[in-house]
Amino acid sequence: MNEFGKLLRFARPYRKTALFSFVALVIVVTCDLAVPRLVGHIIDQGIRQRDLHTVLSTSALMLGISALSALAAVLNSVYSIRVGEGIARDLRESIFIKIQNFSYGNVDQFSTAKLMVRLTSDTAAVQRLFQMSLRLGSRAPLSMIGSIALMFVTSKTLALTMMPIFIVGAVVIFFFSTKMEPFFRTVQQRLDRLNTVLQENIAGARLIKAFVRGKYETERFETANDNLAQENVKVMRIMASMSPILTMLINIGIIVVVWLGGLQSIQGDLTLGQIVAFTNYLMATLHPLISMTQLSNNWANGLASSKRIAEVLDAEPEVAELPNASSLPQTIRGEVEFDHVYFHYNGDTALKVLEDICTRAEARKVTAVLGATGSGKSSLVNLIPRFYDARSGKVNIDSNDVRLLRISSILEHIAIVPQETVLFSGTVRDNIRYGKPDASDEEVLAAAVAAHANDFIMDMPEHYETHIEERGANLSGGQKQRIAIARALITKPSILILDDATSAIDVETETKIHAAIAKATMGITLIMVAQRISTVLNADKIIVLDEGRIVAEGTHRELLKKSPIYKEIYDSQLGAGVRHGL
Amino acid sequence: MAYETSPSIQDVRTSFQRRGGRPTRYERASDPRKAMKRLFGYLMPFRQPLLLIVFFVLLQSLLGLVGPYLLGSAIDKSIGGKDINGLARNAVLMLIAYFLSNSFNLIANRKMAIISQNALKNLRRDLFVHIQWLPMRFFDTNPAGGLMSRLTNDIDAINQAVSQNIISLVAGVITMSGILVSMFVLNHWLALTSLIVIPIMYFFSNFVAKYTRKGFRELQKELGDLNAIAEETISGFKVIKAFRRNDSAIETFKRKNEAVYKAAIYANSYALLLMPLTGVIGSFFVILLASLGGWLALKDLVSIGMIATFINYAQNFTQPLRQISNLYNSIQAALAGAERVFEIIDMDPEIAEEPRLEEAKTNPETAIRVNEDSIIGSSTAPIVFSLGQFQGNVSFKNVVFGYLPGKPVIKNFDVDISAGLTVALVGPTGAGKTTITNLLMRFYEIDEGQILFDGVDIRTIPKEVVRRAIGLVLQDTFLFADSVLENIRFGRLDATDEECIEAAKMAEVDHFIRQLPEGYQTNLSERASNLSQGQRQLLSIARAILADPAILILDEATSSVDTRTEIRIQRALLRLMHGRTSIVIAHRLSTIRDADKIIVIDDGKIVEIGDHQALLAKRGFYHRLYMSQFKGNEI
Repeated sequence: MNEFGKLLRFARPYRKTALFSFVALVIVVTCDLAVPRLVGHIIDQGIRQRDLHTVLSTSALMLGISALSALAAVLNSVYSIRVGEGIARDLRESIFIKIQNFSYGNVDQFSTAKLMVRLTSDTAAVQRLFQMSLRLGSRAPLSMIGSIALMFVTSKTLALTMMPIFIVGAVVIFFFSTKMEPFFRTVQQRLDRLNTVLQENIAGARLIKAFVRGKYETERFETANDNLAQENVKVMRIMASMSPILTMLINIGIIVVVWLGGLQSIQGDLTLGQIVAFTNYLMATLHPLISMTQLSNNWANGLASSKRIAEVLDAEPEVAELPNASSLPQTIRGEVEFDHVYFHYNGDTALKVLEDICTRAEARKVTAVLGATGSGKSSLVNLIPRFYDARSGKVNIDSNDVRLLRISSILEHIAIVPQETVLFSGTVRDNIRYGKPDASDEEVLAAAVAAHANDFIMDMPEHYETHIEERGANLSGGQKQRIAIARALITKPSILILDDATSAIDVETETKIHAAIAKATMGITLIMVAQRISTVLNADKIIVLDEGRIVAEGTHRELLKKSPIYKEIYDSQLGAGVRHGL
Repeated sequence: MAYETSPSIQDVRTSFQRRGGRPTRYERASDPRKAMKRLFGYLMPFRQPLLLIVFFVLLQSLLGLVGPYLLGSAIDKSIGGKDINGLARNAVLMLIAYFLSNSFNLIANRKMAIISQNALKNLRRDLFVHIQWLPMRFFDTNPAGGLMSRLTNDIDAINQAVSQNIISLVAGVITMSGILVSMFVLNHWLALTSLIVIPIMYFFSNFVAKYTRKGFRELQKELGDLNAIAEETISGFKVIKAFRRNDSAIETFKRKNEAVYKAAIYANSYALLLMPLTGVIGSFFVILLASLGGWLALKDLVSIGMIATFINYAQNFTQPLRQISNLYNSIQAALAGAERVFEIIDMDPEIAEEPRLEEAKTNPETAIRVNEDSIIGSSTAPIVFSLGQFQGNVSFKNVVFGYLPGKPVIKNFDVDISAGLTVALVGPTGAGKTTITNLLMRFYEIDEGQILFDGVDIRTIPKEVVRRAIGLVLQDTFLFADSVLENIRFGRLDATDEECIEAAKMAEVDHFIRQLPEGYQTNLSERASNLSQGQRQLLSIARAILADPAILILDEATSSVDTRTEIRIQRALLRLMHGRTSIVIAHRLSTIRDADKIIVIDDGKIVEIGDHQALLAKRGFYHRLYMSQFKGNEI
């Protein structure tokens, strides 16, 4: 409920619209309730008194009222749609902007798939909740209140006898609604499991085919499928019982009216028209009541979704800027210094990713970071542009503590080619220009040439205008990496970080790219993370990381002499081969 | 060529489609009626319980009609005639009628819940089974993420509509016809008024439906665009952040979001028009009855009780229509979803085998086990192959292949690989190394030439048998959301726990697994993000060791594996490769150096073949490739 309260603030701009919608609904309900009363009037005053004029004039009045009701109903719909869709739009926008303001740490925590669900099905569930509540949800209580009031006006004693029925009805609805919540949750869990199996079979199709595991996978799927169906049957059976039970309640009400009302009528205390009107009031409450039961599903889903959305909206960006953060100057030398830096990821304090890192990447030099997976290489370079913040110690750019700087002012000077290559839909040119939207075609070409991408781009059907398919499906891993490198080079950064950016590129091409980058980036600070030793041989300085600590640093020759770990890596990857080959 | 579709594959396909009618190809034109028909086809296996349900619904509806009749009679005869006994009798009869009617409704509803969920389950299963049969080409061209989100949405949409109790719709329609009949029986003058109402209702709902459908189609498209943008931006978040493009991403999103909002307002406004419209038509009906009835009553042509009965009927009469309009959105969404699901179910499955291989294909598991020791079919019996049969000789005879017609990526590939040897495929990015392995696994069929296993054309061997003979260790290791043990057992399903652990030991991953919180029972979360790349690689090697294939394909992954793990992987691989034909897409120098044969590929052609020394001595392409790695590195 609390989470939902938070979401109510998104409804605030639509207060007026919601109010209009509600007023329209009151009109609808009033009109709907007036009709049985007028029917009673026709019977009592018109037909029984043999007064044709009353019959016709009352009919005309009824027609007018129902037209008004229809108009109001349309308004109610339109306004409730505006509220629901407006809230959905605002929620999507807020979530999206929130995500854009996240730090890397936040996104790690949520994962893309989860964030997509928040943005799509969760907002849709909240939208349905608001919209349905404004239409069906408000209608049932309103028409119940109206009916009861009119019943009292028509006949107090008869109305009083109806009270137990309404109370039982309310209890039934309340009981079902609260009872359903855990069931819905189980259904959701089973559905998640089913989706996981489906996902694995799509993403792992190659492996499943290779191992001929279709049958086995089908069995896994069937188990998940059966479990889901079982749980769904449970929920649906309960839901399916609601409508007959409520109908029976109302029917009992009608019988009570006929019996007690009949007795009174025979005694002359009640007219026939009143009895007819009374049964009509009961019928009028029945349908809103039943539609309300359908709402319980919407409520359960909507509340669960609100909770998940609130999680995203309430998340604080891990890396925050100081209010008085300063900027780096227009030009920088590009020296990066780590001063007793410690780091661990959020929620995993036990795993120390970086411990007491003290080192320096000299300005306009090539610094390489070498080490095993999980040794902290990527984490180390991610601290420079404040993708994450060090837990303690300082990271300095030209002696400026990065935590005192505006993130955007740091990123102005840094370009990074991340480990995982991501390209966007659009042409090759769009993707290269991504780093600098106003880059000229010449700049794009120069960057592509430096990244050794020009050749294969020119081999593509439409060269630089070739459209890149979703997730770069029409490019090989190495080609994608080269475009990513061009995208970074085009920004002409002072500091360029290559985070294992050539891993999918064969060694020959990699060597060429490195030569080209070295030429293109003359005079900038190059920091590269690598697993392959061949990548780092020519660096001015190689930092060897092992389990979050620096175990050695120096040039290739120095390290070969003094660092046993470096020697081990070297021998395993190249050493024997070089001796063997030359 | 093996491309023509044999009759037997049609049988396989139609069996997936169950009672869905003729297999149809992918169609763009949306035809809601067809989707509806096919969806109803899924109810057909439950014909008998359905008949019972229809019977119950019929009873329910008829008894429901008795209620208002008794009400009218109670008002007219008993109350009007001051007959207390008659009133009591009527009240009791009403109670019985209502009770029975609602009970039948309850039973029918609950039975229907079971049937509809089972029908949905079957639909999901058909979809899944068919996805299993789709060719690799489908997965290579449809990104997993998009396909997945589409499928889950579609299934969800169908589920939503079905859960909203289709039975009340059926009951409604029966009630409508029942009411119509009773009206005519009771009083044909009043009944005639309903004949005025029906065409009006039909006209309005048709009108609204037309615009609603259009609106929703538009909305679906806009939503799809928005989701595509969101998906791309969120998965590319780190890059966007690094290049400070968040603001432009937000701009793009806002623009599309606004478009979705407008489309949603348009579509829903039309959809929700139906409710008030049917409401007003319902009122109109009541008014018509009251005024006409009043007038007739004045002439003593009808009784007051009759008017009460009719008004009661009138309210029930428009109820089903209200329900339809209420469910309209979800029904539309469900039909659109069903259409897309059927689209996938109708896609052509993997390329047909020769007819006589069909039997082996439909049940490779038993075929292989039954024929473990002997075999090779006679001309009449299906050809069945056993795993043990393969020694591991592989030959490519002038193989030509292209993913697109007329654009070969493999050109006259011709090489013999003797059993037990290790062959390294070496060449620049995009030379066609992975394609060769795809062809060997029969993920794609070759355009020209032959691939032979022990001298037998692999197109004459069931795909399943081909694949079982080959072990695959991919660069992009894939683990399932299951325990570590089950992930290893994936290699051979009938392996005991001990055998799995033995394989893990051989792959040098046992020690690491034991360090996990629950050892071999540790559940690997989605895509196994809690393991390092190297550890995942070791698990996939353990899997291949367990599978014990005659031929091994290794797409070597060194890129993100650390040195120490790499040494382990190296040792594990050596153990795995021992005594098997191994085809390695090699990045590691050691593999290349130690390979019995190095095949250097460039642009889909073999440019050099030989061992390391011979190729170096040749000072050709390989020499250049090899030396470039150490350029500028004189030690």
